[in-house]
Amino acid sequence: MHPRSKFFEANATQALRQPSLQAALKQLEQGFVAGRAACYEALPEFEALRDRAEEVLNHTLENLDAYLLEYEARVIETGGQVHWASTADEARRIVVDICNQAGAGNVIRGKSMIGEEVGINDALEKAGFEVTETDLGEYILQLAEEPPSHIVAPAIHKTKDEISDLFHSRHRELGYHERLTERSALVAEARQVLREKFQQADVGITGANFLIAETGSNVIVTNEGNGDLSSTLPRVQIVTAAIDKVVPTLEDASLLLRLLGRSATGQEITAYTTFTTGPRRQTDADGPAEYHVVILDNHRSEMLAGELRPMLRCIRCGACMNHCPVYGRVGGHAYGWIYPGPMGSVLTPVMLGLDEAGHLPNACSLNGRCATVCPVKIPLPQLLRTLRGRQHRRRLNSRTARMGLSIWAWIALRPRLYQSITRLAMSIMALLGRRQGRFRRMPLAGGWTRVRDLPAPQGSTFQAQWRQRRQQ
Amino acid sequence: MTDRGTSAEKPRVGLFVTCLVDLYRPSVGFAAIKLLKQAGCEVDVPQLQTCCGQPAYNSGDDEHTRALALQVLQAFEDYDYVVAPSGSCLGMIRCHYPDLFAQHELLARFQALSAKSHELISFLVDVLGIDQIKASYTGQVTYHDSCSGLRELGISAQPRQLLAGVDGLSLTELEGREVCCGFGGTFCVKYPEISGRMAADKVAAAAATGADTLLAGDMGCLLNLAGKMRREGVDTRVYHIAEVLADMADAESIGEGKA
Ligand code: SF4
Repeated sequence: MHPRSKFFEANATQALRQPSLQAALKQLEQGFVAGRAACYEALPEFEALRDRAEEVLNHTLENLDAYLLEYEARVIETGGQVHWASTADEARRIVVDICNQAGAGNVIRGKSMIGEEVGINDALEKAGFEVTETDLGEYILQLAEEPPSHIVAPAIHKTKDEISDLFHSRHRELGYHERLTERSALVAEARQVLREKFQQADVGITGANFLIAETGSNVIVTNEGNGDLSSTLPRVQIVTAAIDKVVPTLEDASLLLRLLGRSATGQEITAYTTFTTGPRRQTDADGPAEYHVVILDNHRSEMLAGELRPMLRCIRCGACMNHCPVYGRVGGHAYGWIYPGPMGSVLTPVMLGLDEAGHLPNACSLNGRCATVCPVKIPLPQLLRTLRGRQHRRRLNSRTARMGLSIWAWIALRPRLYQSITRLAMSIMALLGRRQGRFRRMPLAGGWTRVRDLPAPQGSTFQAQWRQRRQQ
Repeated sequence: MTDRGTSAEKPRVGLFVTCLVDLYRPSVGFAAIKLLKQAGCEVDVPQLQTCCGQPAYNSGDDEHTRALALQVLQAFEDYDYVVAPSGSCLGMIRCHYPDLFAQHELLARFQALSAKSHELISFLVDVLGIDQIKASYTGQVTYHDSCSGLRELGISAQPRQLLAGVDGLSLTELEGREVCCGFGGTFCVKYPEISGRMAADKVAAAAATGADTLLAGDMGCLLNLAGKMRREGVDTRVYHIAEVLADMADAESIGEGKA
């Protein structure tokens, strides 16, 4: 996907004026947010689980090299292959090579953010493969030729009406002529179309919610079962994952699973939770003949070494964006890349650079709600501030903003000067605004008065009044 | 509960006025002083104070932030308590100053400052043990929680407890209490369209309660919400909670003109 994070402001303005998107976003907040709240209420040990998860993941990250090697050894023992990719480019090449060697024609994909991160579909299509998304949301987006707008519910921005139109126009060539309007009928039609794709597929590519070091297994959770079909039906299975997906034990995975569904969709557990380990054994009824795991770095080891390390605890539940007032107003596409909301505002600048994604760490009121719901206690506002610090030190923020800040700080560090300037300024403003009590426009405060009035000050400053009273 | 008797035992409080109260709403500073004195404190307002440094901190400018933090430390470290009518500035002093000096020889002094610094309302309730303040205000009120107060300092029950004791006042909660009003310091001027939508939603939630008055404990939120209400022609009165508790909510409300 070609990033559009640079245009965050314009993207956001457009999103704010799109009534269908606004309606869709309201639903999200009510559905997922209320669902998580109910789960939280129902599970007294929720906070204890968050603490434990933070601990387990910190320990894992502390020993990440060892756990990754342990995982690799187990995968090889079970007959699978592990491929290491340090960049997105390498990951694409590895996947295309595997498909070529398999002599594949048709490739199916289960939903995976790593697939989006490296742009697997584009690479495969360019190499001549037919790729089909099997997650309903991703399938809709594939037909619509749009990127996902949410990491858990990728097509959350689409209304049912839009989906009806989309299926009606795109499924016609497959012999479906009726424009369906019922939710269940739309799902049934998609299932029918996809069923055929499953049967024709040579290669299935899925993501991984966790990789388990002690067993060499990977875990995926879905509500549609498409992940299981994608990983069992085709002859070759490819798992794409990143280095931060590994956890030491099955026990650890089950701890995180208890948090994942509850935080993501308000489900105690998702409809399908599947553990796969290696290729089909002689005694197995089904499964792939070849089992590959592609493990991606893509700037994660940089994060591991620095202040942004806590971000690697992320289990991609989406709770931070569901509870984010900015995401809730502008939706995922405004962020311009595949990771939106608070977690995306940390990840995107790391992966694409601050030049491309410099808006994202700033487009946040630092209200902190994301951090209070994050199941692995990532201090997201603090990480966004860390990125702002990098921007400041590298002089990437606007010259006017920097200059304004410096002048203000210079004066604020000289209290007597500050107090005489502010006393004068406030007295004048108070006089001018006396009658109305507010200003509709104010020089140098255009950002404020564009959308709201500026209340007039009461009179002179507190400090000036206080001094006067004391002298009397 | 602290003894409110003899002057020798009066806790000495340094009032951190906060820059927005200093500039826009001095009456909140006077209300805070009144409340603290009523509660038996000796109150002083150090003159060498300006701002806690949050605008610099949230812009990633740690150097200026540290300089401003040092200014606060020097002005306030000799008091028994530091109190401010703001959850946001207090969150800065309590939570973020120690982080900024984590690797620094001044850390212990900033930790000590952090430990004795309190937001006004939670200071009255949690530290001084006050459960009721005599005041009256005729009106139907709704209360907006500031994000820093709510999440950094856990201020939620305290203002409600004190408001419940005010004569003539009835409180209706607004929907989405834990959602940000869109102020966010520099955020509100950098991303006005988004901030404006957030403020509009909060104004609508407040209006839906039928309240004639909106209260909060942070001037940032109050200026934002009053400004949005005035722009939309909503005539809800907007005050800082300290003004109501100190029986000083008879002046023009925030953003209201003098007739
Ligand atoms: S940052 Fe936390 S809340 Fe957000 S997606 Fe990751 S785990 Fe979930």
